[in-house]
Formats: sequence, structure tokens, C-alpha cells
Amino acid sequence: MNLLEIKDLKVHYPIKGGFFNTVKDYVKAVDGVSISIPEGTTYGLVGESGSGKTTTGKAVMGLNHVTAGEIYFDGQKLNEKGRKVNVRDDIQMIFQDPYSSLNPRKRVFDIVAEPIRNYHKKSKNELINEVLGLLNRVGLPPGSLYKYPHEFSGGQRQRIGVARAIALNPKLIIADEPVSALDVSVQAQVLNFMQDIQKDMDLTMMFIAHDLGVVRHMCRHIGIMYHGRLVEEGTTEEIFSNPQHIYTKRLIAAIPDTDVDEVERNLALRQKVKEEYDQNFDENLDEEGRAFPLQSISKTHRVALPVKG
Amino acid sequence: MSENLLEVKNLTTAFKIGGEYFPAVDDVSLNIKPNEVLALVGESGSGKSATAFSLMGLHTKARMEGEVNFLGRNLLKLNEGKMNKIRGGDMAMIFQDPMTALNPLMKVKQQIIETLKIHNTKPKNERESYAIELLDRVGIPRPKRVGEAYPHELSGGMRQRVVIAIAIANRPKMLIADEPTTALDVTIQAQILDLIRELQEELNSGVLLITHDLGVVAEMADRVAVMYAGQIVEVAPARELFKNPQHPYTKSLLNSLPTEDMLGKKLHVIQGVVPALDKMDRTGCRFAPRIPWVPASEHEYNPQLREIAPGHHVRCTCYKNFSLEDAGETYVDIDEHEYEMATRGGNV
Repeated sequence: MNLLEIKDLKVHYPIKGGFFNTVKDYVKAVDGVSISIPEGTTYGLVGESGSGKTTTGKAVMGLNHVTAGEIYFDGQKLNEKGRKVNVRDDIQMIFQDPYSSLNPRKRVFDIVAEPIRNYHKKSKNELINEVLGLLNRVGLPPGSLYKYPHEFSGGQRQRIGVARAIALNPKLIIADEPVSALDVSVQAQVLNFMQDIQKDMDLTMMFIAHDLGVVRHMCRHIGIMYHGRLVEEGTTEEIFSNPQHIYTKRLIAAIPDTDVDEVERNLALRQKVKEEYDQNFDENLDEEGRAFPLQSISKTHRVALPVKG
Repeated sequence: MSENLLEVKNLTTAFKIGGEYFPAVDDVSLNIKPNEVLALVGESGSGKSATAFSLMGLHTKARMEGEVNFLGRNLLKLNEGKMNKIRGGDMAMIFQDPMTALNPLMKVKQQIIETLKIHNTKPKNERESYAIELLDRVGIPRPKRVGEAYPHELSGGMRQRVVIAIAIANRPKMLIADEPTTALDVTIQAQILDLIRELQEELNSGVLLITHDLGVVAEMADRVAVMYAGQIVEVAPARELFKNPQHPYTKSLLNSLPTEDMLGKKLHVIQGVVPALDKMDRTGCRFAPRIPWVPASEHEYNPQLREIAPGHHVRCTCYKNFSLEDAGETYVDIDEHEYEMATRGGNV
């Protein structure tokens, strides 16, 4: 059963200008993306900056307008006008930068209690107990309750962000580059702990990242985005051992490997893939420079191969 | 064995915190030969950037001791005027964030001409064409048009190329690259690293590559120095360091990466954080608080860097019986935020 289904999502921004500030063209930030995430799994959305991965995540959160397409959560349509959908407390987001996503004037207690206050009526004591329970769950000492965000390190701040996100017992979490701003040692800590929380709470996660190594570690399915469209989608295994689209191949070849024996081979492979990429660039993308529609090549593996003929 | 291009001897850079000086770079010695890439790795707050800034003489308020011997001169003894001749000339730096390294009010072309002018590399009438040539050299398409652009009109990768063009303008013998690709996407990163490698071979220059990405290190470096809390804890040829890491910190770092071998396993977490400058025990092994399961008798007093194999140096004796498996689940939550706050204060 898919907890989240995105069908042909489009997010376009108008470019205005000229006489009377008329709409001249559109920036197609997301242009026809379809994703389904089965319950209890993690889906990794990968792409370079500007590929539309964050916009996709924000559209699901309702933080962006949706130009066209449908988003279903647990069978309910999310982006319908005039109908209030009461599933917002089931979807939460973890943001990229733990330094700017926590209000510096609020104490940890207020930050974590805010979503609870929005959705439930609770007495002060109940709230404190609940927040303490959450802090315990993310591994922060009870003494943190009345501290301010600036008193914590990056890794601890990201824990506060996670405590806030899980406060309402959500079913779906959208994690937008949750470890990109952190050191490798802290990154390991946050990744381990996100896996634990996911297992404990049976969460479904959409994991947005540009680091393929991190995504491989965290996700069961991966979608690769390029210029607002998916170019390839499949299980982690399929994407890494059998990439089909030239862009995916290039992205995988570009990751520096710590295996010193493989360096020469990797560099040669990267060069080969890059040449192939440059040569066949036009063939693999349509006249607008975007990916073709996805075609299934196995039950789970879909690739945007050029349409023949 | 060729001559060393750069020799750093017992460099100590101390910052003032609350009226007292605390060394952020503590007795660091290293050397770089022409055509050699030395990578400096470590967590944030370990003193990598502070070392680079010391070499370039960019710390204005720090107290510096030791020697930085470059082309027969001790850079620490030079006055500002003489240092300006070397900076951007024989020794150049590529900064981490190209948006803040470039002047937003100046055309790209003008910023390159500026450095040519200061170092008097080319006669006045040739400067502009040489600037365009440099932009072309670093792989910028349509260099004439880009030369007329302002930094905000360029993408991150293009900006970093401009920063590199400025750095190589005077054919430096020594290139310091401080996290040159951290702000960039992987495919762009690959191109920038290729470019640095190419230019380094062409100019036969030495490179000090500062990064926290061990993948980049494996690809680029000839030798690696691992830094922790202001000290170098391990130096080895790159291959040796990855194949046979010795110091507990190096081992911990390598094991915290989500690599292929770690799929489905728990990543190793290094407990605690890098200690703050003013809260550091400077007499014992500085990494000891983060490997609390290692008995105190394994560490030495005032740990020294010792050569354990040709070219492979390790600090302290605690590496001898060290095993990550002993860590178990003994997670000790030390007062880390306090440490980090103070570190930030000193890391200007």
C-alpha cells in the first residue's frame, strides 16, 4: 500500500516582464513528476541543486503552490481547493539547516510543543511531560527543556528538529537534506538515529539529498531528478549496480570513492562516462533539455530513455 | 628526494579568548614538495583552516610562533608589504565560498586584472587579454562575455572557476585550496578537482588541499595529514593512510562514512565533539575524551608524533591496542554544546 502518491506533479513559476508586466514564460521547477512511496519505507530523491527535489518535497508539505497534478496521502487528495484535509499533522518536515530552522528566540520546550499546541488541547503539565518524552526519544537530556537553540551543537539542533517533526506522531516525514550541513562524524550520528526512529515509529520517509552515499545508506528506493523531471527510478540496488540513464551513470561516477586501489579506475570511468554524456547529451533529452517520459524496464526500475522513432 | 617547497616548523597560532591566548594551531610541522598534493583533514574546529590562514598570513589578531619557510624566507618574519607580494603571487589560495571570496561590485575581468596589476605580471596593455585567456584556461565557456559579468550572474561552479583563475593568475608555486568543492554539486566537484590537478601538473606547484571529504582525499592526495584539536595526529602517504590507518581518530573518521561496506550496518559515531580552545587538556592525548573506553595507561603524557614506518607518523601511544569494536554502546553524553560554543568563538 502506498502511503504517498504523487501523480504528474507540476510546479511552474511565471517569469514576468515587458509591457504591463505580463507573463512571458514559465520556470518549470517541477514538470511532471510521479512518485509512490510504500508505507514504512524510505524513498530517496536525488539531484543537483536546481533539479526540483526540494520543490517536490515542499509541494507535498503544502508549502508551495501546485500548478497541476495530484498528491494523494493515504488515499486522500491533498491539493484540492476548498476542501480542508485533516492530514497535515500526519506529514512533517525536517529541514536542511539546523541553524536557521529553529526560532532563536524560543526555548526548546516552545519549539517542540508548538505543533502539539496547534492540534491538541493540553494542560501545561501534560505538555511538559510530552516534550520530555520526545527529548528522551531523540537522546537529549531533560535539562535542554528551557535552553535556547544557540546553546546546542549542530547535531543536537538537528535532534531538536527531529523531536519537533515527530511530536504529532506523523506517518510521513519529509527530510530535506537533513545531514548536508553536518560534519561526517555528526552525520553518522544523525543518520543512525533517524534509522532508529523510523524503525520504532514505522515512519515513511521522503529523503531529499544530493549525496548519493548517504541516500544509498538510508533508502530502499531512489529517484534521480534532472531539470524538474525524474530520469530514473528504482530500488537502491538497481540504481547503483545497473544504472541505465546516462545522467545517473554520470552522477554515480562522479562520487569520489575512498578506496585508494580504485582511484585510477574510477577516474578513467568518470572520464569515459563524461565523454559519453557530452556526445549523446541531445539524444538523451528532449528539445527542451528535459528528460523523456519514464519507461519500465523491470517491475521496479523505470528509466527516461529516448522515445524511438 | 627533491627540495621542500614549503616547510612549516612548529607553527603555533593562538587566539585571544577572554584576555588569554589559546593555540588553535598547536606546534604543527609539515612540508610540501613541488608537484605534491598534501591533504589536511579533520572535523570542523580541528584547526585546518586556521593553519591555511596562518600560512597566508591572513590572521590579523592572532599570535604566531614557529617558522613558515617558503622560497628561502620565513613568512612569519615578513612585513605586510612583502607578504602582499607573496600572497596571490607565489602562494595563492582558493577559498571555500566563491560568493564571499569575489567582490560583488566588480566585473569578473576586473578582479583578475587587479591581481595582475598588484604583482605586475603583465604589461598594462596585455592584462585584459590575459585575463580572458585565464578564464578560458579554467574552462569557462564564452570567456569574453563572462569577463564582463558580475559574480551574481554566474552559477556556483562558474564562480569557483573564477576564483581559481584569480589564484593561478600569477602562476603560483604553492596553491592552498580550502574546501574548494564543498559548496558544489558532485559533477561540478569532479570537474573542479580535474582542473586543480591539471593546473598543478602544468605549473609544477605544491598543493595544500583542505577538505573534510575523505573521498576527495583518496582521489587527489599524495600524502595526508590528519588534524585534531590543533595538532597533527597522523601523517602518511595517502595509500598507506587508507589501507593502514593507525591513530584512533583516523580510524573513527574512516568508519563513520556511509560507504558500500557499511550498507545495512550502524555507522560508527565518534562520541562528543572537538574540545574548545580554552577548555582543552593540553598535557594528555587530546582525543582521549572521545574514546573513553581506552584506559588512561594506554595514553602517554604530552604525546609526541613518532615515525612508525617510513613516512608514517602517529601521535600518542594509544593507537597500539586500539579497536573500534571495544566502543560498544557506552555512549557518554558530555557537555558538548558548551565545548562547541567556545570553539566557534575562537574560530574567526
